[in-house]
Amino acid sequence: MSLLRVEGLGKKFGGVNAVEDLSFEIPPGEVYSIIGPNGAGKTSLLNLLTGVYKPSSGRIMLQEHDLTGHPPYAYARQGIARTFQNLQVFFNMSALENVMVGRYMHERCGLMSALLRLPRQARADRACREEAAELMRYVGLQAYLSSAADAMPYGALKRLEIARALATRPKLMLLDEPAAGLNPTEALELDDLIGRLTERGVTVVLVEHNMRLVMGVSDHILVLDYGRKLAEGPAQEVRNNPKVIEAYLGSAVSSETSYREEIAQVVAVAVEMHR
Amino acid sequence: MLAHLASPRTGGLLALAAVIALLPLVLRNSYFYDVAVLVGLNAIVCIGLNLLIGYAGQISLGHAGFFGLGAYGSAILASRYGWPPLAALLATTFAVALLAFIVGRPILRLRGHYLAMATLGLGVIIFMVISTEDKFTGGPDGISVVPFRIGGFVLQGERIWYWVVGALLLVAVWLALNLIESPTGRALRALHSSEVGAEVVGINAAEHKLMVFVISAVFASVAGSLGAHYSGFVTPAKVAFLHSIELVTMVVFGGLASTFGAVVGAAVLTTLPQLLATFEDYEMMVFGAVMIGTMIFLPRGVVPSLARLFRSHRSADADNKANKA
Repeated sequence: MSLLRVEGLGKKFGGVNAVEDLSFEIPPGEVYSIIGPNGAGKTSLLNLLTGVYKPSSGRIMLQEHDLTGHPPYAYARQGIARTFQNLQVFFNMSALENVMVGRYMHERCGLMSALLRLPRQARADRACREEAAELMRYVGLQAYLSSAADAMPYGALKRLEIARALATRPKLMLLDEPAAGLNPTEALELDDLIGRLTERGVTVVLVEHNMRLVMGVSDHILVLDYGRKLAEGPAQEVRNNPKVIEAYLGSAVSSETSYREEIAQVVAVAVEMHR
Repeated sequence: MLAHLASPRTGGLLALAAVIALLPLVLRNSYFYDVAVLVGLNAIVCIGLNLLIGYAGQISLGHAGFFGLGAYGSAILASRYGWPPLAALLATTFAVALLAFIVGRPILRLRGHYLAMATLGLGVIIFMVISTEDKFTGGPDGISVVPFRIGGFVLQGERIWYWVVGALLLVAVWLALNLIESPTGRALRALHSSEVGAEVVGINAAEHKLMVFVISAVFASVAGSLGAHYSGFVTPAKVAFLHSIELVTMVVFGGLASTFGAVVGAAVLTTLPQLLATFEDYEMMVFGAVMIGTMIFLPRGVVPSLARLFRSHRSADADNKANKA
């Protein structure tokens, strides 16, 4: 029984197919990575899987719930959480409050009890504060417990989004390029954090350009190219797939310097595998 | 315990209560009391408006409309139809809340300038209706309002009203502070910063915007009703677009996303025109100048800027002590 099932999913922007006829299943408890060159539709796919975009065609099923066409908060309420490539931190709040917002769905809060701050409400608030602090420690942000969000460095903000997503108690967590912009040490710590997420019983979907990270943590990999599935399977298989290597190397012809590092990583991985 | 008293929340409430309790020592005659009552009523509107603008980040340029509906609703029900004022106030408040709920749903889909235009339009429509339906509202001449009475007790005179409005102001501040520190308040602040970020943790942004719009309309309406009974007379001037602008200026001047800022903004900008009474014709110019000056020199507003200054002084002091030790 898969956790998430996607059937014939498509998204058109005008005449352009950002995602086209995509089907795949994500088994529970795994790290499922989505890779592909820039513009392959990875972030569009994440936006579809969280309801930020409405699909033009196809279905999205979480366990037995059909979520197709529902708003983002409905996806969240069924247990899908995410982080963003362009941070969506609440910069007008403290770091701790950011994580407390993540607890929103689990706070029973009527308007009256909020306005009157009934004792029950005050108690619930304290519990929420403690749990949020606990989650901040869990992702390694203990140094920022009393920080304002707008006073934190980039790497810490990425972790803050993970803590906020965790606070929703998700079944499925989508990480959109968590390693982008991190220094090598911070990126290494991410491996460990992703490993601990799965230990918590959270299934992880990872969109990432850092091949070392992807190859290190993934159970399954989905390779996208021009919005379509290029390859999919266990990590071992995918990294030996000639089509995948070609797709990545093929982009070298376009001579875009931003790909060079990525290509080099893929080649290094491929060479290592064929040794 | 002391730390608890010094928290912005409890400490602020105590400070405000002290100011309200001690202010009569310097209020020399009923004119001063009159200004203080107007400050209190405007402050209640601004606290509600600040929940909408400052915390949830949704502009409204039509809140004088809700204030006016509260005033006229109470005036018409209590004076023309002889309803008990309390019943008139409650019925009017409920009707205004319902109107805000119905109108808010389509309007709050808009963002930024479009939302500003739509709320402005709403305010203008309310103004037009009130100033032309003269059978009920008295048109441009206005309408006189019976004094507020509960049972046999009649609320009359600036001094009594001072204490009533003072107490209600404290309640309004307390409610606003409670709301902001609740999960609902955090959701409002979150969607202000990132709507998509709020939605993906399960927050229905549209529903929350609508809720805070209704709450802010209720604050305005109640203040309008009370103001009508207090002054004994309402004219369309209180419903006009310029009054909406005054209210927004008070909120921005006092400090967005600061409940005490809204109170300070209302106090300063209600008192200022009274001090400049001889320049009455230039009142709107003064408001315009205050708005421009605030935007340039104190973009965060008076109270948040002062709070920041105070905090940085304190932390500098702490650093000095640490260095000496």
